[in-house]
Amino acid sequence: MTEVKSPEVPAPPAAVPAELDPRPGRWHRVRPYLPLVALLVAAILPYSTLQLPGIFEGPVNSPGTLQLLAICLIFGGLAAGYDLLFGRTGMLSFGHALYFAAGVYGTDILVTKAGLPLWQAALLTITGGTILAALLGAVALRTAGIAFAMVTLAFAQVGAILVARDFGGLTGGEEGLPLDVSGLPEALVGVTNTVNLYWLALAYLALVVFVVHRVSGSPTGRVLAGLRDDERRIGVLGLDPYRYKLVAFTLAGGLAAAGGVVYCLIVGGASPHITSSELTLSLLVMVVLGGPGTRWGPVLGGVLYMYLDHRLTAFGTSEAVDSLPAVLSRPLSQPLFVLGTIFILAVYFFPGGLAGLASRLTLLRRSLRLLSRTP
Amino acid sequence: MSTVILLALTGLGLAALYFLVASGLSLVFGLADVLNFAHGLFLGVGAYATWWAAGNLPGAGPDGFGFVLAVAFGVAAGTLVAILVELVLIRPLYSRTIEQVLVTVGLSLAGVALLQATWGADARPFPRPEWTRGVTGILGAQVPNGGLLLIIAAALVLGALLAFLQWTRYGLVIRAGVENREMVTALGIDVRKAFTLVFAIGGAAAALAGALGGVYFGTVSPGQGSSLLIFAFIVVVIGGMGSVLGSAYAAVAVGLLQQFVNYYGTSGLGDICVVGLLAAVLLLRPQGIAGKVATA
Repeated sequence: MTEVKSPEVPAPPAAVPAELDPRPGRWHRVRPYLPLVALLVAAILPYSTLQLPGIFEGPVNSPGTLQLLAICLIFGGLAAGYDLLFGRTGMLSFGHALYFAAGVYGTDILVTKAGLPLWQAALLTITGGTILAALLGAVALRTAGIAFAMVTLAFAQVGAILVARDFGGLTGGEEGLPLDVSGLPEALVGVTNTVNLYWLALAYLALVVFVVHRVSGSPTGRVLAGLRDDERRIGVLGLDPYRYKLVAFTLAGGLAAAGGVVYCLIVGGASPHITSSELTLSLLVMVVLGGPGTRWGPVLGGVLYMYLDHRLTAFGTSEAVDSLPAVLSRPLSQPLFVLGTIFILAVYFFPGGLAGLASRLTLLRRSLRLLSRTP
Repeated sequence: MSTVILLALTGLGLAALYFLVASGLSLVFGLADVLNFAHGLFLGVGAYATWWAAGNLPGAGPDGFGFVLAVAFGVAAGTLVAILVELVLIRPLYSRTIEQVLVTVGLSLAGVALLQATWGADARPFPRPEWTRGVTGILGAQVPNGGLLLIIAAALVLGALLAFLQWTRYGLVIRAGVENREMVTALGIDVRKAFTLVFAIGGAAAALAGALGGVYFGTVSPGQGSSLLIFAFIVVVIGGMGSVLGSAYAAVAVGLLQQFVNYYGTSGLGDICVVGLLAAVLLLRPQGIAGKVATA
């Protein structure tokens, strides 16, 4: 036995994840319960008939709004899962869309083409997605850094090609494959049951946040953080970086596949654009905007990004933008232009993302207070 | 037999396109360690600038000397954008590799969206000289002239690049920088000037690829760059980071493999074989055909 169990190894002096760092303050006692409160509020949100003009088109409990919210939640979860790779382990993967797409297409094909009941299809898909991530990760992790990014990008491209070329008539090619709902449980079908899908998405998000939190707090998570900060040191400590990275990669892939299953139900099918490298790039944008390596940053980033992506299209065609000269109004009606620009600015001016913004503001306020005290 | 020759020559045409994109990527990565996702944007700028010039620039047009002028304008635009990107966006972030990648990612998203906003998402017919639509008979095969033009252009670019790297002072600095950047800096040479130069070269080559690719495909669309970019990345990894000659070999291998397998197998299989080749190269020879080991 050459394998060293991680608990017996003195923890490497790697950066402690931000949420484990106790920060005294007024909210000190309430803080641990805030996520639960947020979860509760999110769970009872569909009961409200609140009208939020400008933010949502209908009342909060209308199916359209709930579907948008559910998609936002899914992407919040996806971003949190991706952060396990990028923010916590320091692996820059450009192929994360592949495992998400595997989840979406796997469920769709197994339900629609093979006629399996949903729970079997979901179980098979998640297992398959996890195995796929383990296999491809085993090859891709032979490289490191930028080469790893390129290799994962290439693998994801194979997925995109497979879907687009429609081998065996399974994926529906460019058209996508609508989900055959006849075999699904009643509660998940139809416009009136959108609220159940919303809860499903919320449950998925909660699951991902929980898993990522548990993993990053565990000894394995310490090793992952150590890999991010200094891989050589982990190697010197006698731990095998390859194995730990593969664990993180596989776990993230499995979580993404599970997200795909729920997304497939919410959208009611699969379309080829989810296999594109652009999706992975937007995951990266979400994580960086939110704050990599933090518990809530990526979730926030994912939710906000998807919300903006959907709403900016409406904003772009609104009168306020249309009345601007064409030089301004045309780029502004492209959500990706706005988001890409915000992203570049974020990389320069607030590297910690949204999650880092709070502590920066506190610093600013503190220094301002000091300034005002000194005469 | 004529089929094999036709496939070989169209494969070489594709390889030429890959090489034009990959050579710049490879040099930029080899020297400055920047994985440039915005390279597809340079290609798009080159293609659209050529398209615009052919219609609007006085003296330029879709034929004869006017076309040369239009392509020159496109290449100049691509080079200018590349230099601006390097000076304004990349330079403040030197030695922070991940941030540089992130900025180029954001730039590729925003830039393509900007092209789309200005000229629409649909493909536009590309102005091209009449003779590029025709075919030339070579050993019994009817080869499209657009492909031949690409091959000739890529061969010229390869020759010029190799000569530049081999016989000029800046070429020497670039080669030495790829080999060991710290040592070059320690000798008192400002490598950052070389970075800008490499970006300009890469931007020019990519813009040329955009213009000639427009001739080859007959259309120009905003997303064209990003689909080519992925194969260019594969070419760079197979060829070895920082090696122009390696990129050329890898581009030929990838182009030919793709064309032959797509013809004799099913369509799309060739693209998958290319990724298989990439995996094989990475497992057996991680540094690529000729180049330094790809680690960040």
